[in-house]
Amino acid sequence: MHIEIRHEGFSAWEILAHYEAQRAEEMHGNFGATAVFVGTMRDFNEGDDVSVMTLEHYPGMTEGYLARICEEAELRWQIQDSLIIHRVGDVRPADAIVLVAAWSAHRADAFDASRYLMEELKSRAPFWKKEQLNHGDERWVEKNTPDPGAERLGKEMKNKKKGM
Amino acid sequence: MTIRVKFFASLREQVGISEQDLENDGVGTVDDVWLAVTDNQVMPANVLIAINMEYVEAGTTVTDGDEVAFFPPVTGG
Repeated sequence: MHIEIRHEGFSAWEILAHYEAQRAEEMHGNFGATAVFVGTMRDFNEGDDVSVMTLEHYPGMTEGYLARICEEAELRWQIQDSLIIHRVGDVRPADAIVLVAAWSAHRADAFDASRYLMEELKSRAPFWKKEQLNHGDERWVEKNTPDPGAERLGKEMKNKKKGM
Repeated sequence: MTIRVKFFASLREQVGISEQDLENDGVGTVDDVWLAVTDNQVMPANVLIAINMEYVEAGTTVTDGDEVAFFPPVTGG
């Protein structure tokens, strides 16, 4: 498991190449599926052009929850490893915000675990976004939109979340 | 009793406090902490609360030395 909060920009693909190279000896040949999700900044939201987004987190609690979410995924699915990297600070359009990856013997577990990591991160990990619009105004993003495709995981996730 | 109180994001801007130590023996729950620190402002319905970096419900009891955080719905990812 690898969790990291990044204050500077990153390339998701460089991180993955580096991480896999680092772990090559122990992981070599033991996984058949890697599911990767990369979230990048859009230059529009709710009908407005956005020029900069500032990401804030709660140092300590955020890392704690990201680690917990990875641990839950590792208990629930047959995965060899999981990784979450999340950006904080000022990001610009096309910059990476989040990188999530899950390694498994088979694709179903890799897909499901990576989706779980993303959805749980979005609903539980303490991060906040403030948008700077092209015309100069600033506004906080008020809430994350739930992903309808994740609904099949919904009930179990909700039950788990009761304890948060 | 000393409670470290933190606010994040839009709530920090609304309340005007990032971090504050509350010395008050009259606080029993996180709601009391909110009222004492915000000078009796109404707590927004969607506020999230954490004690020592764990989510808790409104009404949860605080103890000496706790870190209590208030923040709006999270928007990471």
